[in-house]
Amino acid sequence: MGLHLELRNVSKAYGGHLAASDVSFGIERGKLIGLLGPSGGGKSTLLRILAGLETPDTGDILINGKRVNDVAPQERGIGFVFQNYALFKHMNVFDNIAFGLTIRKAKKAEIAERVNELLDLTGLRGFEKRYPHQLSGGQRQRVAFARALAPRPELLLLDEPFAAIDAKVRKELRTWLKQLIETIGITSIFVTHDQDEAVEVADEMLIVQQGRLEQQGTPVDVYTAPKTAFVAGFIGQSQIIAQPRELVGFGDIALPETGRAIIRPEFVEAGRPHEMTTPSASAKGTVRRVFFRGAHLELEIDLGGNRLAAHRSLDQEPIQPGEEVSVLIHRIYVVTDHNAVMVENPLKVDPLPVHI
Amino acid sequence: MAGAVTAHLSDSASVRPKHVTEKPIVRWLLTGIALLFLGFVVLLPLVAVFVEAFQQGVNLYWASITDPDAVAALKLTLITALISVPLNTVFGIAAAWAITKFRFRGKNFLITLIDLPFSISPVISGLIFVLLFGAQGWFGPWLDSHDIQILFALPGIVLATTFVTFPFVARELIPLMQAQGVQEEEAAASLGAKGWQIFFRVTLPNIKWGLLYGIILCNARAMGEFGAVSVVSGHIRGETNTLPLHVEILYNEYQFSASFAVASLLVFLALITLGVKSFVEWKSAQRAKGGEANGTAS
Repeated sequence: MGLHLELRNVSKAYGGHLAASDVSFGIERGKLIGLLGPSGGGKSTLLRILAGLETPDTGDILINGKRVNDVAPQERGIGFVFQNYALFKHMNVFDNIAFGLTIRKAKKAEIAERVNELLDLTGLRGFEKRYPHQLSGGQRQRVAFARALAPRPELLLLDEPFAAIDAKVRKELRTWLKQLIETIGITSIFVTHDQDEAVEVADEMLIVQQGRLEQQGTPVDVYTAPKTAFVAGFIGQSQIIAQPRELVGFGDIALPETGRAIIRPEFVEAGRPHEMTTPSASAKGTVRRVFFRGAHLELEIDLGGNRLAAHRSLDQEPIQPGEEVSVLIHRIYVVTDHNAVMVENPLKVDPLPVHI
Repeated sequence: MAGAVTAHLSDSASVRPKHVTEKPIVRWLLTGIALLFLGFVVLLPLVAVFVEAFQQGVNLYWASITDPDAVAALKLTLITALISVPLNTVFGIAAAWAITKFRFRGKNFLITLIDLPFSISPVISGLIFVLLFGAQGWFGPWLDSHDIQILFALPGIVLATTFVTFPFVARELIPLMQAQGVQEEEAAASLGAKGWQIFFRVTLPNIKWGLLYGIILCNARAMGEFGAVSVVSGHIRGETNTLPLHVEILYNEYQFSASFAVASLLVFLALITLGVKSFVEWKSAQRAKGGEANGTAS
């Protein structure tokens, strides 16, 4: 299986602002890709360039190995789901979904068959006579999805598909969409600024910031082996420590001069001394605040002037603010301006911990 | 002079909650002033037209409006509107389309230019055409040598009317199309629709009520235009007199009842226009209500 879609050195500027800066990536057929990054980072621009709704200043777009820069959006065989759905207000659900086929002058029976198929697939059966304003956000999203799929595109692009939907429905829709895309087997790219969404739904993530592609990889890759300082700080919940050598266990390791450390709550173990797995590698810290996070507690700990976050199970003995706790940092990301390296706490693996 | 002011009233806007509303006495006073003013300035003259028109009996009224000159004036008025309104509709859509969908140099200049007929006196508008096509005008001698009659004939009247009424449709559509943006059109494009398909299947249905409203306003003005037409028409009875001009001529000849009778014809035309306009407003308010349900349905 070759690359379905490829971007080569694509750049695009608006005025003085670089929305895409020398972006190159390739996507395999059938993959579901999450395009993740902060708002205004150029994600939507990339998607629109792929769809042909924007023209890149430089660089090539290839679909199935063919350059499509000069192919009009109408001819690219791409389905696009817009952020606010952009349903046709004056058409009912059936006509909305049928639009792409009607334009292609398909036969009436053929259109009805395809639309009915999609109505079943999206669970919109019974709503075909409704108008967009008579539907809920989730239903509109499904219509937009069905409409984009109707002409059987090879590639599906979704711009913030869940942004306008409330939290509970959003979770359901995510799962539904992932299953549906798997069933159809269509190569899909969705834009999101919500990393939970990207991690949960995507086979592969593209992290984009300030028009640059920071990293491409599976959610596990991106999560455990961030390649750049930006990715290390952006993915997960991160605390930045300016002087990593001050941390117990990390004093002797070879660190770059300008290196800072990024620590995530799941790297930090905190509790009463008898609860610790490796007491020798622990330091003393003070609990500043305790937050209830639903499924667990989050402790905000002051460790020699550095502020850290750690998770604590609700089953464990509660800890009060002001209490002194042992803190064990299992690993840190050491980041410079350009790269990120994961460093395990050497004391944890030291074969002969000295105990006197 | 009426600009393209659109007031789409809906009930939800007119019912104000208690904490922002005024004392009853203030409300009554304001409403009273408005009604009194309306009565004197609009209703009284309107009633006067009919009272005067029928003062000397129904027979004279009928005779006045079936007079060949009056019928000719009515015909000319309708023909003029029939030519200039479609022209302005096409122009208005094209201009609104260009202004809202494309970026180009001189866009603001174009917007200002569209407003020009609103900002200059209609008499001046008429004079412009005299300066262009009159015997001493720029094209006068050339037109004369080719035996083409523009001034004091139908073409001049149509030109002047078109000039005076051309902002209506464009002015109505520009804010509407700006508010709608290009998303639906982009969606149509990504689904395979091309230029005209997008226009007829997506853009036009979305602007149709606004467009109709603009056309109605444009039509009302086209039939009622006096100043500009007066300058270019030449006042030839039965030939280049539109209804408003005919009314004036009759009045100047002291045929008051006849003049008011013909004026009542214009009033009827206006009432029909108003009726259609109210229907369109009602229809688009219903649509807006549908739109409001957007946020609440779940």
